[in-house]
Amino acid sequence: MAEKKEMPQELKERLKAEFNLEWRKKLRKSIPIKERMKISRQKMPEREAEERNKDFYEVNLGIKAKAAMKEAQRCLDCANPKCVMGCPVGIDIPAFIKLIEIGDFPGSIQKMKETNSLPAICGRVCPQETQCEAVCNLKKATGVPVAIGNLERFIADYEKLKGEVYIPPILPPTGKKVAIIGAGPAGLTVAGDLVKQGHKITIYEALHLAGGVLVYGIPEFRLPKSILQAEVEYLEKLGVELKLNFVVGLTATLDDLKNEGYDAFFIGTGAGLPNFMRIPGENLIGIYSANEYLTRVNLMRAYDFPEYDTPVYLGKKAAVLGGGNVAMDSVRIAQRLGAESATIVYRRSRVEMPARVEEVHHAEEEGIKFHFLTTPTKFIGDENGRVKAMECLRMELGEPDSSGRRRPVPIEGSEFIMEVDLVVVAIGNSPNPLIPKTTPQLTVGKWGNVEVDWDTMATNIEGVYAGGDIIRGGATVILAMGDARVAAREIDKYLKKTKRKTRTTKKEKK
Amino acid sequence: MAKILRRERLVPNIHLLEVHAPEIACKCQPGQFVIIMPDERGERIPLTIADWDKKKGSITSIFMVVGTSTHKLSLLNTGDEVPVFVGPLGMPSKVEKYGTVLCTGGCFGIAAIYPVARALKEAGNKIITLLDAKASYLLYWEDKLKAVSDKFFVASRDSYYNCKDYIPHVISNVIKEEKKIDRVISIGCTYLIYTCSEATRSLGIKTIVSLNPIMVDGTGMCGACRVTVDGKTKFACVDGPDFDGHLVDWEELFSRRKAYFEDEIQSLNFWEKKTFP
Repeated sequence: MAEKKEMPQELKERLKAEFNLEWRKKLRKSIPIKERMKISRQKMPEREAEERNKDFYEVNLGIKAKAAMKEAQRCLDCANPKCVMGCPVGIDIPAFIKLIEIGDFPGSIQKMKETNSLPAICGRVCPQETQCEAVCNLKKATGVPVAIGNLERFIADYEKLKGEVYIPPILPPTGKKVAIIGAGPAGLTVAGDLVKQGHKITIYEALHLAGGVLVYGIPEFRLPKSILQAEVEYLEKLGVELKLNFVVGLTATLDDLKNEGYDAFFIGTGAGLPNFMRIPGENLIGIYSANEYLTRVNLMRAYDFPEYDTPVYLGKKAAVLGGGNVAMDSVRIAQRLGAESATIVYRRSRVEMPARVEEVHHAEEEGIKFHFLTTPTKFIGDENGRVKAMECLRMELGEPDSSGRRRPVPIEGSEFIMEVDLVVVAIGNSPNPLIPKTTPQLTVGKWGNVEVDWDTMATNIEGVYAGGDIIRGGATVILAMGDARVAAREIDKYLKKTKRKTRTTKKEKK
Repeated sequence: MAKILRRERLVPNIHLLEVHAPEIACKCQPGQFVIIMPDERGERIPLTIADWDKKKGSITSIFMVVGTSTHKLSLLNTGDEVPVFVGPLGMPSKVEKYGTVLCTGGCFGIAAIYPVARALKEAGNKIITLLDAKASYLLYWEDKLKAVSDKFFVASRDSYYNCKDYIPHVISNVIKEEKKIDRVISIGCTYLIYTCSEATRSLGIKTIVSLNPIMVDGTGMCGACRVTVDGKTKFACVDGPDFDGHLVDWEELFSRRKAYFEDEIQSLNFWEKKTFP
């Protein structure tokens, strides 16, 4: 995995230039640091737990302009903004926040879009508390970091509300064609970056809507589809072409596309292969992979059945296995769909849960139960093949494993039965095998992940790059976008280096 | 969006759908399937590819009208569009020279087995085709199948065709008569392929069945279609749909296919009331 590195020279200079702008200097002096530190963090308004846990409308309502400007005052505009290094896509955080402070919201969104094409999404789903906000100097000083994520969401939503979408300058056409495989967070980011360089971008997507995990995985109450839709439309406005319902590997292989004259490729096909527990009874009815459960509910809108045709099994006693964001999403959905009890069953303890703190907090407020240090050992079905219970084992924490988290060890003889009628297995995904399987030259690691040079995101095939969960296994939206940013930069370099070959496509030959 | 070139009722309840999908037509092989979604609110359902025309860029599928999705499909007309028509999905059927191959099909499987029989015939096999139709008037594509078969039988419950019997009995008779059958292929409703597979189990003839569990994405992403084969969980959409029938956990498959039985009835009632008030 990529480790934290020194700040690149280019980024350092860019930040410094902004930092030294006259208006920034003046603004810094306008309020003494001590005063700035006294301002308390502006609270994100959210809907009441008892109201929201019955519907699919968004939980967080977004901060208002006044609160955003107040929050922006908290930012100390440090000479050494650690937050930028904490951000996988390297957003110039002080610059966009200071523009909010002076009320120049259009300027702020413009600044944001220099580095991040999808701020409305990142502002909602990034784990800021472990990234930018974790290293915020204000956190060091006062314990409470600047609400960077909330501010990011604010300017993105402000732009949408105003209806005037800023279109960044696009360089003249280079005549180069890039195929992006997978319209998830990585693919959309690469598209946004490369289209601005004047390249012709086509995204191939297997499903009928763009967004990848943003559309099939993350629920409406955390990321409304309309927000995603607007981001996708924005990319289309920039000139990105979307080819939906096209499974690269099956409808055409990567080599087929090469013959169509693409100069470079980006593989962002994600972690599409759900992991199961591999314990007896797992194929009983009522046991879903998180992918299936979320896809039915989010992509196919089973929460609105029978208005939409796809059904989903409505459990009264729901158990979700796992402790990540996907598990939190699944359990909160089960609750919203009428479960009398919706429980997280996690084999480690609370502190090891990989989910965002905010999601865990929201889940608890909504009445989700947590069974820590518990793992199921088998599922028990009724006479119709439906799950009715699971046998579980209690665990205790042993030595840390390779991930640094303490390994759960079963307590012998601690078996007990938990009654369940809906189980969602949310214990992670493996990289999607379709491209590796149909592109034999591609080097693949032992987990089925596409292998890349972590500095450039280049695979072993010239002109073919990859990023996101296809190289990482199951990670996060923002890490995928970080990979994508690097890949886009390198693809651009590669395209500028290679002379335009006089290729003729099959169609042109005819 | 994919354009409907033709939708035609072949026999009561069974329709043909020809869709403009040039990319799929270029790539597809016997035994593969597509996922179709009849409208923006519809379900994603798998349909086996029954034929294709590379020149015209079209894919032909046959479906039986059962639930909401297939009812919606049965109302499509030339020029209409469907939001999802994606493929070709699944592993192609294995086509080699086996010797004598018995191809059995029923309902939509009559059409679905056609490209498999054709390819096996081209590979130099002797093809015996045995179709199942509840009544003689429910049989279709007879000529197409006869053209690729060395021997042709129909099992129906009326006496119009040569065998008035259920398919498991007929299959045993055909096998006895033929003496040497090297492989059996079976496509159709789960009960039909199950009975075909059971009929050959004691005889030890390798029997390949094309499974049709419930699917959602069809590309291996969700695991809705998981089936147990030889004690291991497989995804029918990417590992199949063809499996060795003698290794399939049929009880599990039957039960999983019924997972949404009540929802399907509710959905159909809801749609009918809305569509035909």
